[in-house]
Amino acid sequence: MLKRALYSVGLIAVLLGLNWFISNQIDSYYISIILHAGIYVILAVSLNLVNGFTGQFSLGQAGFYGIGAYAAAALTTYGQITIFRHWFNDDGSTSWWLGSVLLLIAMLFGGLFAAIAGVIVGLPSLKLRGDYLAIVTLGFNQIIIVVLNNIDKLGASRGFSTIYPDGLNPISIPPLSNFFWVYLAAAVVIIVSINIRYSVHGLAFMAIREDEVAAEAMGIPTTKYKITAFVMSAFFAGVAGALFAHTECLITPSEFNFITSVNIVVMVVLGGLGSVSGTAIGAILLTILPELLRGGFAQYRLVVYAALLILLMLVRPKGIFGHEEMSVEWFKGQIAGLKRLSNRLAGMAKRRENKMGSDLKDDTGG
Amino acid sequence: MRPSQNRRLSAPVFCCLLVFLSALSLVGCAHHSSSTNEVVIGAYGAETGSESTFGTSMQSGMNMAIDEANAAGGINGVKIVGKMYDDQGQPDQAKSVVSKLIDEDNVTAIIGEITSSNSSAAAPVCQLKHVPMVSPAATNPRVTKIGDYIFRTCFIDPFQGAVMATFAINNLHAKTAAVFYDSTQDYSVGLKTYFEQYFTKKGGKIVIEQSYTTASGTGDYRAQLTSIKQENPDIIYVPGYYTEVGTIAQQARQLGIKVPFLGGDGWDSAKLFEGANGALEGSYYSNHYSPDSTEPAVVNFTKAYEAKYDHGVPDAMAALGYDATNVVIAAIKAAGKPADGNYASDSFHALVRDQIAQTKDFPGVAGKITIGPDRNAVKPAVILEVHGNKTVYVTTIKPSDVGI
Amino acid sequence: MGDSHQALSTFLQQVVNGLSLGSIYALIALGYTMVYGVLRLINFAHGDVFMVGSYIAFYVAGAMFQGHVDNWYAGAAAFMAATIGCGLLGVIIERLAYKPVRNAPKLTPLITAIGVSLLIENVAVLKGVFGPDPQFCKPVLPSDGHLLHFYGVSEPVDSVLLIAFTLVLLILLWFIVTKTKIGKAMRAVSQDKDAASLMGININNVISFTFFLGSALAGSAGFLFAALTHVQINAYLGIPLGLKAFTAAVLGGIGNIPGAALGGIIMGLAEAMVEGYGSLVHIPPSYSDAVSFVVLIVILLVRPSGLLGKSGVEKV
Repeated sequence: MLKRALYSVGLIAVLLGLNWFISNQIDSYYISIILHAGIYVILAVSLNLVNGFTGQFSLGQAGFYGIGAYAAAALTTYGQITIFRHWFNDDGSTSWWLGSVLLLIAMLFGGLFAAIAGVIVGLPSLKLRGDYLAIVTLGFNQIIIVVLNNIDKLGASRGFSTIYPDGLNPISIPPLSNFFWVYLAAAVVIIVSINIRYSVHGLAFMAIREDEVAAEAMGIPTTKYKITAFVMSAFFAGVAGALFAHTECLITPSEFNFITSVNIVVMVVLGGLGSVSGTAIGAILLTILPELLRGGFAQYRLVVYAALLILLMLVRPKGIFGHEEMSVEWFKGQIAGLKRLSNRLAGMAKRRENKMGSDLKDDTGG
Repeated sequence: MRPSQNRRLSAPVFCCLLVFLSALSLVGCAHHSSSTNEVVIGAYGAETGSESTFGTSMQSGMNMAIDEANAAGGINGVKIVGKMYDDQGQPDQAKSVVSKLIDEDNVTAIIGEITSSNSSAAAPVCQLKHVPMVSPAATNPRVTKIGDYIFRTCFIDPFQGAVMATFAINNLHAKTAAVFYDSTQDYSVGLKTYFEQYFTKKGGKIVIEQSYTTASGTGDYRAQLTSIKQENPDIIYVPGYYTEVGTIAQQARQLGIKVPFLGGDGWDSAKLFEGANGALEGSYYSNHYSPDSTEPAVVNFTKAYEAKYDHGVPDAMAALGYDATNVVIAAIKAAGKPADGNYASDSFHALVRDQIAQTKDFPGVAGKITIGPDRNAVKPAVILEVHGNKTVYVTTIKPSDVGI
Repeated sequence: MGDSHQALSTFLQQVVNGLSLGSIYALIALGYTMVYGVLRLINFAHGDVFMVGSYIAFYVAGAMFQGHVDNWYAGAAAFMAATIGCGLLGVIIERLAYKPVRNAPKLTPLITAIGVSLLIENVAVLKGVFGPDPQFCKPVLPSDGHLLHFYGVSEPVDSVLLIAFTLVLLILLWFIVTKTKIGKAMRAVSQDKDAASLMGININNVISFTFFLGSALAGSAGFLFAALTHVQINAYLGIPLGLKAFTAAVLGGIGNIPGAALGGIIMGLAEAMVEGYGSLVHIPPSYSDAVSFVVLIVILLVRPSGLLGKSGVEKV
């Protein structure tokens, strides 16, 4: 118990320190990249609960992401008209203490809405398997986008950032989120995932993944578990959405379409379906690498991304870590594998040498 | 297998942190360089994507203004550099590239954007960082309301909607109108609202209103057009962008709709005719300037532009880009030399901002520019008629003509 | 009398609109369904093949115009180029990207398909290829601009041609699938791949042929779209249209060929109805996209095998 408490305090201290460092030393352009990476970690790791642990193919994560973003943004803007009015000064700024509390409320609010959506989507969908489930989740994602595109009070397809209530100054989405909160949330999701994985529930999820019919036959309430995974995943996606809304302070429905869902799935697959650390690393890599390519090769950025994706599937479809987590054993395993590979190559070379030598002998011999 | 309590948490978390930190180091730390030997004017717009002529035209106008200024000695001897980024016509990209301009390129001021949606997306960044932003052509009133560092050198849509409503009633004697607008663009939604207000105020009747989205991409408007056709309007107001308007007109003509179309400055592009393929013959739109005007300023500008580029006749976005850049250059000149030699310092930004706000009767190609207290410019509009592959000037409508 | 006559004529017009849109969906949907039938793979890249087809048609027709070739010939040339070009593209994609992962767990080929789709789109958008700016398609056939008048409806000849053309292609397809040997082989492979190979059918050839056929159909849809409907095309055209066509295929029963055609028609009609009449029930046309997905989800929940598909039992 004490150890756990110490770990938590240590984590928070490290995050706070990094937060201070980053806010003061780094350009806002780069800060937004780092924050985006963190947000995608949350999205990908939470999706991993469904796609990775439970083996259900969901293609709709971005829909929950969007619901969370819009719900949270609506709360902090429309809420300022009445409830939160006195939390803000006239120029729209607020104290770090109040801002943090508000952000926390917004995150929970966004997560809650997304979780409700998760129930609505999950209940009917989880009767389906495989491809059909993917299609239905994709369909729900697109429906969510269309609905968001039509809500005028939330900017519709033109995007939501500022409201103009009668008689008051315009109110924009407040920039409440920062490195600390994003990465704290990411850490929470990772820790929760890992705890689940090594628990009885994790075994249940993975049993469903391996063979759902057998799991049901063994008495595991598969529907209950599937929905639980789905709703948890949606909740965290909603939290990520709230964080995103308060980072960019401008959200448009098109950012939450199925293409984003596909990107999140790719992050999970890249890291290894079912591997929490792999997924987190996949998310960070796939957010940061394209930004690096933004410079001269901007237009080739996505071509390279697509080509790498295909290559990955052809060469290493299990992803970097497969089902496993990153650990010292994994590194050792990789090194051993490399050693074996080099031995084999050496062996092949040696044999060819010998063969050539004996050929020579045959030629010169009589 | 279940590893020990210690191992299972610390390894992944530690490794994640490791990867993250190394990624961070790739991303790099900030360095604020202050340039004392050049003034950077930033710009953003759509160079690729659906409304690409907007960005490319604006850039042509801006570059021409900068080159002319440099040839005349720059800003008190200091060279002007223009830096434009492509936002692909997307609001989140607009926001992102403007951040880049401010943080990395240390701009003194920013020109952009053409569309209201993207201007509204990026303006808060400029306002927050106190960098003056001048939009040459965004006409939705909300853009300049964002803050006191945001300006525009063109008219706004309440006026533009009234202009077309007036023209429709007075010149075309239209009694009924159909409205077909783009629900995904601030510009279109705003403009259609103002048109409808004025048209009904002056006794006209809006018989049907339909909308289209550019997102779903089938590019098939026949279902809505069929509904419009049923109502038999005298004119159809399509306050959208040139990219879709041509196709809409063609499909309408195919369905047998014969009445003229009316539109706004979003039509203004050389690609309008390509997309329309003759279907817009005899249709009208409101615009900022007419390229066949005989005013000496316009004639000189057109001649110089055609000589410098091979884009043909300059469109409104080029002229507006040219004017906006000149306004900014004049403001920077008037602001004098910055105390610490840094043309991108907070204090200098404030000085430039004040100078822009005081612009009065500035001789622009697209009309005289005076910046009002609401940071908008008050300018007349022209009505152009589509004839073949070009536009023909019809008339000018001033703010006083529509009762503003 | 006049009012109801006009209302009827408008309704008929919307029906024709819906049918012509549905024809495009149907042609694309067929490709999705045939590939799913033989490979159980959702070919995400199929919509992009359609996009390539529309560009091929655009460029070939444009080149013909430059050379002052008569319009009907230009149309024929563009059609052949788009159809055959896309057919070949489909075969190439299958051989290079899908064959190696044919026996991998289900998720892998799906992601490969996503990768191929992204690759085609992003190569197409490069400045040297199709470019990031949309292209405005000029109508290709001399029938453009002419109207057909019947029962008070004036419908562009091109729309009617589109529908007729699609019908011809559908009949051709039906003939191939039911009356030829290779069609029989296709049906065998989609029923049971292993059994079919045991019967001596060359699986690889059948699969390649299936891809060729499906992609060729998408290419012909691309031609029809570019040449007959006065639209603008861009590199991302495949996404919205592909998604809707895919929905149509599922609606009809994925793997079921007549189902795909039926699904496409229904999708087209539904979209036209919502866009045309939606305002009467306060549904703005922007909801038409949602309508197709709602339809999809309802069908999948109520009858997952689609309208014409057979419900399968999951074997343990």
